[in-house]
This record gives sequence, C-alpha cells and structure tokens, in this order.
Amino acid sequence: MSIWIEEDAKVLVQGITGKQGMFHADKMVEYGTDIVGGCTPGKGGQTVELQGKPYPVWDSMTEAIDATNADATVIYVPPPFAAEAIMEAADAFDFLKGEGVIVCITEGIPTLDMVKAVAYVENRPGIRLIGPNCPGIITPGETGGAKIGIMPGHIHAKGRIGIVSKSGTLTYEAVAQTMSINEGQSTCIGIGGDPVNGTGFIECLAAFEADPQTAAIIMIGEIGGNAEQEAAAWASENVTKPIVGFVAGATAPPGKRMGHAGAIISGGKGTAEEKFEAFREAGIACAMDPSELGAVLLESLKAVGLR
Amino acid sequence: MNIHEYQGKTLLRENNVTVLEGVHCTNVEQALAAYDSLGSKIVAVKSQIHAGGRGKGTLYHPETREHVMDGGVKIAFSREEVETYATNILGNVLVTIQTGDEGKLVSNLYVEAGCDIAHEYYLALLVDRDTKSVLIMASTEGGMDIEDVAHNTPELIHKVVVDPNAGLLGFQKRDLGMALGLSGAALRAFGKMLSSMYTMFVAEDCVMVEINPLVRTGADEIVALDSKISFDENAEFRHKKWDDLRDLSEEEDVEIRAKETGLSYVKLDGNIGCLVNGAGLAMATMDVIKLYGGEPANFLDVGGGANEEQVKTAFSIIMEDPNVKGILVNIFGGIMRCDIIARGVIAATEALSLEVPLVVRLAGTNVDEGKKILAASTLNIHAADDLAEGAQKIVALIGGGQ
Repeated sequence: MSIWIEEDAKVLVQGITGKQGMFHADKMVEYGTDIVGGCTPGKGGQTVELQGKPYPVWDSMTEAIDATNADATVIYVPPPFAAEAIMEAADAFDFLKGEGVIVCITEGIPTLDMVKAVAYVENRPGIRLIGPNCPGIITPGETGGAKIGIMPGHIHAKGRIGIVSKSGTLTYEAVAQTMSINEGQSTCIGIGGDPVNGTGFIECLAAFEADPQTAAIIMIGEIGGNAEQEAAAWASENVTKPIVGFVAGATAPPGKRMGHAGAIISGGKGTAEEKFEAFREAGIACAMDPSELGAVLLESLKAVGLR
Repeated sequence: MNIHEYQGKTLLRENNVTVLEGVHCTNVEQALAAYDSLGSKIVAVKSQIHAGGRGKGTLYHPETREHVMDGGVKIAFSREEVETYATNILGNVLVTIQTGDEGKLVSNLYVEAGCDIAHEYYLALLVDRDTKSVLIMASTEGGMDIEDVAHNTPELIHKVVVDPNAGLLGFQKRDLGMALGLSGAALRAFGKMLSSMYTMFVAEDCVMVEINPLVRTGADEIVALDSKISFDENAEFRHKKWDDLRDLSEEEDVEIRAKETGLSYVKLDGNIGCLVNGAGLAMATMDVIKLYGGEPANFLDVGGGANEEQVKTAFSIIMEDPNVKGILVNIFGGIMRCDIIARGVIAATEALSLEVPLVVRLAGTNVDEGKKILAASTLNIHAADDLAEGAQKIVALIGGGQ
C-alpha cells in the first residue's frame, strides 16, 4: 500500500507537448511511471516520443481518460491556463470515473484563479488536487514506481516513511535523511506553499495514519499561515504513528507589509517559533536542523520498537 | 505588488466607490495649487508611501536624521498650513510602525478635500488561506489600531466569506452592514459600495484591499477615506497597466535586479552570504547558519533550473553587500545537475576573483561528478557533505560568527 497513488498508477500529462511537460514526462517514464499519454488542446492525434517510444496525445481530458482509464494526471500547463486545466481534469475524472488525482506542478498561477479551481474540485468529492507550485507526489516501488512530478527519482527507495512538505527541495532533503538511516519511503507529497492550494497537511496525515505500509511520518512546514499548527493539533488527537517535524524560516525577517488585514486573519500567527511549539505540544519530535531529521527519526522509531 | 493611496483612490473612483476629491502632488507649489482648486477650507495633506501607520509616524531629515514633524498625515485649516505640511513631508523620511527604523523617503503627496464624518469604520477584503476564498471583514472600530481591536475585542470584527461560485450575495451585504449598525440610506449605500469593491477586487486581481477608515458622512454617504491595495503578482500577465502603477523607488534596487534574472533575493544584516535552490531550503539554510552561531547576510533562491549565468549573477549580487565575509552554497540537485552548478561556481569565483571563503554543499543529481569538479579546482573552495557541516565550516572559516 501507499497513499493515493499506487506504484502502478496510470498517469496522463497535461501540457505534454510543451518543453517542461515533455522533459518531465520523459524523466517519469525513465523512472518507471506508467505514463499512458497526454493532453494538449489542438494537438490531438499527434504522438510524443519519451525514452524512445511514442505516446499518444489527446485534445481533451475526457478523450484521454476515456481511452486510457488513467488514475491520475500531472499538469505542466503555463500559469494563465493552469487553473482551467485543473478544472478540465476534475470534470473529466468526475464524469467518467467519479475519482482521480490531479497533481499541478505549475508555479505562478493567479491566486483568484486557484480560488475558483479549488472550489470546483471541492464540489467533486472523489477528486483530489495536489499543489499547485509543488514538486508532486511519488510512491517508490521495488523497481521503478510512480513518480508524478519533478522530484529526482533516483534518491528514493520503497519503504515505510511517509513524507509531507510545503517545500520542494526540503522534501528531497528529508528523503535523503531517511536514506541516511536506511529507511525508504511509502509516499512523499509536496503540497506546495501557495496561499490557496488543494490537499493540505491534515489530509496527508490522515491518509498516512490509515496506510499499513507507513510506519512513521516526516512533516515539513514553513513560516506563514497556521496550517502547521492546525495539523499538529489534529495529529495529537488522531495520529498514533511517530511524527518528526521541521519548520523552515526561523531567521526570516518579518515581511514588509502594508496593512493589517493579513495579521488579523492569522491572529498574528505564522512564525517558525510558534509552529515548532505547536509541534512539540502535539508530541511531534522536532529537528532544529534538517540534517538531523534522520537522527531524530531513528530515535522516534527506536522509541516505539520499530528499530 | 503594492500601490499608493492616490493610485488606489483613482481605481476606486473608476469602480464607482465614493472617494473624496484629491490631487496627487510631488512639490509644494502643486500642493498649494491643489488647495486652491479643491475649494475646501479643510484639506488632508497625506504622505504617500507603501506602509501603514502614516498618521502616527514621524518625519526626519534624510541625512541628518533630525526630527522634522510628528505625523505623516495632517489636517490643514489654511493655505499656510498646507505649505508648512507639504514642505515638512516632501523629501523627508517617514518612519512608521510598518517601515522599520530606516523609514521611507516621501516623494509623493496627496492633498484631499475634507469631509463631514459621522462615524469611522474599518473594511478589508482579502484572499483567506483557511477558507480558500475571498473574505470581507468590517468593524465599527475604524481609524483605530485595528490589530489591537482584533486581539482584545474579536467580537467587534465581522466577517463574511464569499462563495466563488455564487459571488457576493445581497444578504451578506445586509448582514455585514447591519452588524455595523447601519440602516436606511446608509445601509443601502454600504451594500452598493461593497458590490463595487468586490467586483473591483476580482477584476483587478487584488490580494488585499484595506479601507481604514471607511466613513459614513452626515448625509449618510459611505466614503473610502483611505486605501491600501495590493495586487497579485502572479496575475501581472493580464494587467499591463500595472507597469504604470509600480513605484520602483519603493522596492530595493538590488532585489529588482535579482528578480529580472529569475533570482529571489532579500538582503539581511548578517555576514554569511547564501546561495540555495528552493525557497524552503534557502530559509532552512539561513536557520542552520544561525543555529551554529553565524548570521545570514541574505536569502537567495536561484530557483529550480538555474544556469551558469544565473549562478554568476547570484554571486555578484551577494558580493555587492560589503558585510559579506564568507559564502555558503547549498544545492540539492533535482532537475538542476550538481556538475553544472559546480562549473558555475568555479566560473563565477574566477570571473569575480572572489576572495572570501566559500563552502559548497552539493547533493542529489550528479553529485559525485560535481564534487570531483570542485576538488580538481585550485580555488579556495571547501566542500561539505550535509547542511550542518556546511554551516559549521563557513562559521568557523569567518572566525565564529559576528
């Protein structure tokens, strides 16, 4: 098991004919992801060559899912069109299958476009959105696996640690830390740090808690907002597996700001200090330095007799 | 992206929100002409900077730092007072609770007609992370320090969340207006203003609009007396006119240049320069430098696919800061290959004849090749295997922090 994405998940690529889309589709095939084709409006019927083999392109997501019975899609569409790509995928998955996972890598989508897209996805309960502005999701296999996104595949190995993070490169750092103590990963998810996004920390923690393959969790947050505090409070009530945490931004200067509205909404919250404190209160073992995540994880595994 | 009050007022006026008549000025003569043309006995003379707390701020001479005047927003009751206030404001530095100690040089002034105020309210629209929607907030406690109001008497802050599918609904406008104690003509005017404001928020891709105070006049009109508007930078591609609204003097010159080359740079007060890929890792790198007794000189994210040229620019931007005594490069190569970064580091070091100690930590794609390239160079480059080692090395090399 794993969460949301099985090792053999069938994956479509939206924007597969673009430079980014094609580059990463090729890397995903190389890793072993079962890419079943892609979608670029106006380029239906063409093929794209990935790792020396042709892959079909459709004009619409409805056609693409209908033809392939895909489980997931990954979006590399430029920012002006990305929110609509999310909604097109949500509509097609919902109509044809009633379920589907949408991973949006695109960085720089207008916030109000995401407000619309997230509401659209939430109206379709079987559909899950990960991102945008994130590295994606990966479920490593014994050989290959499902890499859906831009993370370097070769640093991963199948195992029992679940990783959820707001930041891209810090997720890779966490992966390397699990490997340093000879642990692999069940699933790693970068949820992205945009103000308005899809899947959040709590949904990831709930899924890891329910997943038999996952034995422990690494959670990596960043300054801003209060998603980490809420997730920590939720975890203290609902998660039995060990959690190891880190929050980036303890030394970040307070942002230059213009008004008061943001501070009122967040209740003045959002500093790394507050987040670490919330983690500790919830019984989450904290690393103050990402290079120590491995050591802290090892201690946590030992404490529950898993090492 | 922030805009000035006078630009916000123009935008509000274009969107049918009632604002007072006012004139944007950049010198004292214009301010006096504005006073004459407004035909109002009482006018407000308002400093235009991208920060709040102007009214309670203090003006200082830009070089001598001598105290000039208390208050960056003044009510003038005569032509002479307009002259005094405009002279004291323009060309001086305004320090408020939101500017930091260095303050901001005031180059723009707004002279606005006075009005008959019956009550001051607070109003804000913003994109809320929790509800993932546009949230509208209002309070009867306008003009005050609203963060204190929110902290001490949260029941006085009223909120409505706009469903993105349904838009702002009539009952929401009525509920919010009634919560402010409005009725009759004032309640209708408030509802009309709110509709206009929400339409503008969406059409102009705002992330925040704050009106403090929003006032009810003696004639039950609803008027926006102030305006703080921030746009969503991600939506710049569909708002060409933002180019004209951008005040580059409000942004750090070096930060603008960094942005032009695809780098994200923020200057800090320490002495260890950082060059990192990814915002989260860049923040974590600063944190770890501090953890081991050093002080970061900057935040610098080279992004996911930096090339040799960008690495070189990044180094030259870091070295512009005279406080920098050493540099820590921390790259976790995903898409970015470590061998390319290593070549970029060497090229930049040679081109800039870098003399400060340099610690490079590489991990990820092609790490072995990258390390070999660095080891083969004759330059003064120290390698580190992980972030902690890198931070400890650079702190030791510059003599143990500040």
